[in-house]
Amino acid sequence: MLAKRIIPCLDVDHGRVKKGVNFVNLKDVGDPTDIAAAYQKQGADELVFLDITATNEKRKAIVDTIEKVASQVFMPLTVGGGIHSVADMMALLKAGADKTAVNSAAVQNPDLISEGAEKFGSQCVVLAIDAKFNPQTQSYQVYVNGGRTPTNLDAIEWAKAGVAKGAGELLVTSMDKDGTKSGYDIELYKRLTAAVSVPVIASGGVGKVTDFPEVFQQADVDGALAASVFHFGELTISDVKKELKKDGVIVR
Amino acid sequence: MIIIIDYDTGNTRNLKKALDFLGVENRLSADRDEILAADGVILPGVGAFKKAMDALEDRNLVDVLREVAKQGTPMLGICLGMQLLLIGRLEFGDTKGLSLISGEVVAIPSDLGVKVPHMGWDQNNLKQPDPIAEVFDKQYSYFVHSFYVKTAPERILASVDYGVEIPSIVRQENVIGMQFHPEKSGDVGLAGLTKFKEMVSNADYSRN
Repeated sequence: MLAKRIIPCLDVDHGRVKKGVNFVNLKDVGDPTDIAAAYQKQGADELVFLDITATNEKRKAIVDTIEKVASQVFMPLTVGGGIHSVADMMALLKAGADKTAVNSAAVQNPDLISEGAEKFGSQCVVLAIDAKFNPQTQSYQVYVNGGRTPTNLDAIEWAKAGVAKGAGELLVTSMDKDGTKSGYDIELYKRLTAAVSVPVIASGGVGKVTDFPEVFQQADVDGALAASVFHFGELTISDVKKELKKDGVIVR
Repeated sequence: MIIIIDYDTGNTRNLKKALDFLGVENRLSADRDEILAADGVILPGVGAFKKAMDALEDRNLVDVLREVAKQGTPMLGICLGMQLLLIGRLEFGDTKGLSLISGEVVAIPSDLGVKVPHMGWDQNNLKQPDPIAEVFDKQYSYFVHSFYVKTAPERILASVDYGVEIPSIVRQENVIGMQFHPEKSGDVGLAGLTKFKEMVSNADYSRN
């Protein structure tokens, strides 16, 4: 049986981890390799790097970052943020990434998914979706540009379309839950996992250790992503795994 | 010196990074003489079986790899590289593998109620005593694949249960296959690569 995955997410800007990370006594708190290595030690199953570098000319920094991390940290690495072309994907995969996550660029040009999947295989192409519940339509709406711009796409339909195009995994953030620390958006993941057969990673809303078993037991998601609870040491990955084991969820 | 076969497949660099991290002397190469003289050979691989076999053919490496196996050099195939060690892939009719381990490569059935590809960390169960496989007993390692190998029980050193029994480590004499990616399997993966290095050193010693 596959283990459920616990996935810390790191925001990287110009080769440095941007958000505060203070869970261990690292000499250099902003160094992605040090932080990634510490998470590996804690038992993380995968790492997601989100490149939040705004300017294009600085984009090479994320490739260098992944190159460095991949030479010290030996687990699956996913990179998202600002990927616009197959060439962008290629550069990251060559540097040591295992998967590349596309978001806004895939909404703009859905063929980016199929082109990436044909060239590297579906397992290398993750479709990242930022979704927000629309009470009027009682459905989830897709947002792009880091959640700033609404689209007229329905999140469940877009997820299905993305999988049909060749996306091998979905990384779906609930904008309603993100930052609230009130738990994952169970309803969103129930709808998603009923609609697609590829792995789904839940993101947004973790505040306490029991949020993890809740999402795995109530929705058929394959992984749970979190940032701040891990970065600030509120929870360690081993705390989370202990809790999951206690509740009968299979973890590594 | 361990040679990683260089034939334009995706994950060779990550494997090299893992061996470098462990301080294991290694080089990427497609050179016949270098491969034949290697103390150990690793065949990585991701992607499609036929494309990979064609790429090996184009570089005249098929016979070289068979020669390597015959001369007793420790050889490790990883993921698709493991599948290439087998005889052939049923789905593609006459596409032949390297035929270094007897058995076949088949698709993970789609009617098992499990997700395909088999992607993520799965738990290995030891099936035969073996120094390399013992490292992985009860341990989770990282898999990404849609096909798996079918071979005789005595050649299956370890397997995972994914609705069907998926052999995770197979071995026929000096030729070993790992379905998972040791270079992406954290400490246990690195320990497995270290065991392979030991096997290489011991073989080297016994040849002298």
